[in-house]
Amino acid sequence: MKKKIVTAEQAVECIGDGAVIMVGGFASIGTPEELIDALVKKGSKDLTIISCDAGRAGLGVGKLLRNGQVKKLIASHVGLNTEVAYRTPDQPEIYHVEYVLVPQGTLAECIRAAGCGLGGILTPVGLGTAVAEGKETVRVKGKEYLLEEPFSADFALIRGAIADHAGNVIYNMTARNFNTVMATAAEHVILCAEEIVEIGAIDPNHVMTPALFIDSIVGGVKPCRI
Amino acid sequence: MQDIKAIIASRVAKEFRDGDTVNLGIGVPTMAADFIPEGVDIMLQSENGLLGLGPASACGEEQFDLVNAGGAYVTATPGAAFFDSVMSFGIIRGGHVDVTVLGAMEVDETGNLANWCIPDKFVPGMGGAMDLVVGAKKVIIAMQHTNKGKHKLLKKCTLPLTAVGVVHMIITEMGVLEITEEGFFLTEINPDYTIEQIRAATGAEIKVSSSLKDMTV
Repeated sequence: MKKKIVTAEQAVECIGDGAVIMVGGFASIGTPEELIDALVKKGSKDLTIISCDAGRAGLGVGKLLRNGQVKKLIASHVGLNTEVAYRTPDQPEIYHVEYVLVPQGTLAECIRAAGCGLGGILTPVGLGTAVAEGKETVRVKGKEYLLEEPFSADFALIRGAIADHAGNVIYNMTARNFNTVMATAAEHVILCAEEIVEIGAIDPNHVMTPALFIDSIVGGVKPCRI
Repeated sequence: MQDIKAIIASRVAKEFRDGDTVNLGIGVPTMAADFIPEGVDIMLQSENGLLGLGPASACGEEQFDLVNAGGAYVTATPGAAFFDSVMSFGIIRGGHVDVTVLGAMEVDETGNLANWCIPDKFVPGMGGAMDLVVGAKKVIIAMQHTNKGKHKLLKKCTLPLTAVGVVHMIITEMGVLEITEEGFFLTEINPDYTIEQIRAATGAEIKVSSSLKDMTV
């Protein structure tokens, strides 16, 4: 079996300029900070990031934004990152990013669509708002829906609590958020976890992401503090 | 006079029915959890993946992976469940939330809501708000009646919309208004204010209920 355990630096080595990357986490909980640190060090540019939020100022995706590595951010809520919410021209790294804001449920479901082979979703959310501009609507049983296309990525950077050497993952409390679904929708999935255990040590009943989705694993990351 | 935010939050809590699943937005809506009447047992849903949201964590007892949707450390109640964002928004969009309470920048007389963006000034994003107001069975807006005197209840919203025609009820420090086919309908009034004051603080016509009651807080 392929050995998946690597260092954070080795894990992000394959991420080149222009990559489309999903980053797990919600309000900095469940965010793979160590993988982002490695990506900042590597310095890949012109990235498209798909994430629930923009992290916080200098945290999570906020590190990539500050470092000028992001070309486009597709996210749902960026208010916790004050540098993004109040962006001004005197912060060129953050000001010149293209921001696409997506309703959070639509973001989750469009990632899910990509991961499970669906051609899109029909949702009533966003009808009559700026979100619907330029998008097709479809009537089903007399009700109108917005057609939203799938979101897929080259890479997903996710964070778990416990993983085995094969890549079966358990998440802790509200750190699960977007991590599970992002694991299904990227070509190459990099997991960081606090604890790595032997294969067989996780009760199959408790596996939240099956190992087949995980390509590489970085162990020993610290508990997430905000 | 009681603190304005406490007046609003305490009135909001009276809308909850025993057994309701409720999602509370950040700020004043979250404060409603402190005023839930005795005998009313509700489950709070937090869109970051928790049903059974409890009070804020005591200082020094924070659990690193347990926060609410505002990113603040919280607790989980006995019988709580954690899940991912797909499940969380399935619950929300699927009509399984009875009541959602949110703040607003603007609400208009047709029930349109704007609460996610002031173009070129403050663009936090919609987060889960668009899903919540479309999916929840009842949408309550809890907010101060004006923004430092500037009207927030309008004939037509001027800011980018969160959703069209979704608001059922607005609770402010001045009273309780419902959205009807005829626009804003005042059903309860805080006795500290007059109807004239409420009219002056509102940017649209208000119909007053013939059975207008004092606001219960």
